Amino acid sequence: MTDLHLSVAPARDQFLPLAPPVKVSARDLNFWYDKFHAVKDIQLDIPEKRVTALIGPSGCGKSTLLRVFNRIYALYPKQEAKGQVLLDGENILDAKYPMNRLRSKVGMVFQKPVPFPMTIYENVAYGIRHHERLNRTDMDARVEHALRQAALWDEVKDKLKDSGLSLSGGQQQRLCIARAVALRPDVLLLDEPTSALDPISTSRIEQLVEELKQEFTIMIVTHNMQQAARVSDYTAFMYLGDLVEHGPTEQIFSNPAKQETEDYITGRFG
Amino acid sequence: MNEQRNHIVKSYDEEQQVLLDELIRMGQMSVAQLDAALDVVERRDDKAAERVIGNDEAIDALEQQVNHDVIRLIRRGPLAGDLRVILAALRVASDIERIGDLAANIAKRSMALNLTPPLPHTRGLDALGRLAARQVREVLEAYVQRDGDAALRVRANDADLDTLYTGLFRELLTYMMEDARAITPCTHLLFMAKNLERIGDHATNIAENVWFLIHGEELMPPRDKRDESSTTVV
Repeated sequence: MTDLHLSVAPARDQFLPLAPPVKVSARDLNFWYDKFHAVKDIQLDIPEKRVTALIGPSGCGKSTLLRVFNRIYALYPKQEAKGQVLLDGENILDAKYPMNRLRSKVGMVFQKPVPFPMTIYENVAYGIRHHERLNRTDMDARVEHALRQAALWDEVKDKLKDSGLSLSGGQQQRLCIARAVALRPDVLLLDEPTSALDPISTSRIEQLVEELKQEFTIMIVTHNMQQAARVSDYTAFMYLGDLVEHGPTEQIFSNPAKQETEDYITGRFG
Repeated sequence: MNEQRNHIVKSYDEEQQVLLDELIRMGQMSVAQLDAALDVVERRDDKAAERVIGNDEAIDALEQQVNHDVIRLIRRGPLAGDLRVILAALRVASDIERIGDLAANIAKRSMALNLTPPLPHTRGLDALGRLAARQVREVLEAYVQRDGDAALRVRANDADLDTLYTGLFRELLTYMMEDARAITPCTHLLFMAKNLERIGDHATNIAENVWFLIHGEELMPPRDKRDESSTTVV
């Protein structure tokens, strides 16, 4: 007789350790756009190889927070961060932390797909060349691997010389993800990666996020509550620059502790 | 959870209210059915019993309507408190529907009882029935008011119903042993008593869903169970 129990897979949660190690930590983090205090005294631990969703109304500081995690704000004048962001225990806000190293460790994908006006192959290879010298064979392998990781390889393998701009919106976004993962970063920041995509392309990206978290620590900003509930393991709710509530997604979306969180995610805000 | 705050989308509140109204109506109908069923047993009124049996369809139809409205609300993608409202509504509707079935079954068996001479033993059944009906009324009130403490009280009071049921079970067994002619009516009475005990269990289920509605998956405090009929011999 067959032992039925053997064929039943344990629940997914049984595989999750109780407290996954922390990959990124924000400590007393504050951010200003000139005089506007956009992010206030944030304490936040991002667990390794998990998806953390940042939610909150427009202007609450969630995208700003994401931008601090790879110091992209440093490109702009009058923008200032105070406090610490520890990546594997090292403060990336420290001026001595090399920007090149940060960019290779923390990849970012934006709301609108922004492929470079070059071939699909070059879109992926471009960033790698910036950081490493590889021979042709190794580079081909790296590009293929990145495109496979971004679930795009099968669709583009026969047209790697075509322009990245010739792809559909959903494909372009996956190309941008391939470009980010090609550098083998530890952390992937996704800023509303599906807001410009149709439901099918959105599903592809969500499936991809599920696969990528085996390897990367992922933070995703989204305005779609169902998406946050679907793809993330942890959720942080921000409002007016404050971190209101942070916890396991299951708890936040079934029984949040704070009234503001409940009101926001059930569409009762304002 | 603060239900006073409205959704930004007004039709969401309207649809949710329609659902809750349907549940309240279902609840009122099931209590009325239970009262009527106990009444027909007392009065030995076959015609009224038939009416009770026929009325059950209306509760079933309302449950269908609740299921339909739940699907409509799920399409909106409810989360947190809204999600619990829907999940609780679905489960509570199913418990109320079962209460209605059990009440109709009591009415049905009363018609069989009416074929035999009147028995004095229906009095114990009536007391059990009144307590079951009170449990159902109170739990529905707790549900409408979202009163977790009241739900806890209903759940705790189920032990009284169990004690009463076990006592009646023993009593009926004794009658049957004393007089074999009592076996047919007493067997019907046993089933009717069991139905009332089950109604109490459904009230307890509803109490647990009121708790879930308010507290999420947080566990309720433990309670004692006193239905010993499954291990009782005389």
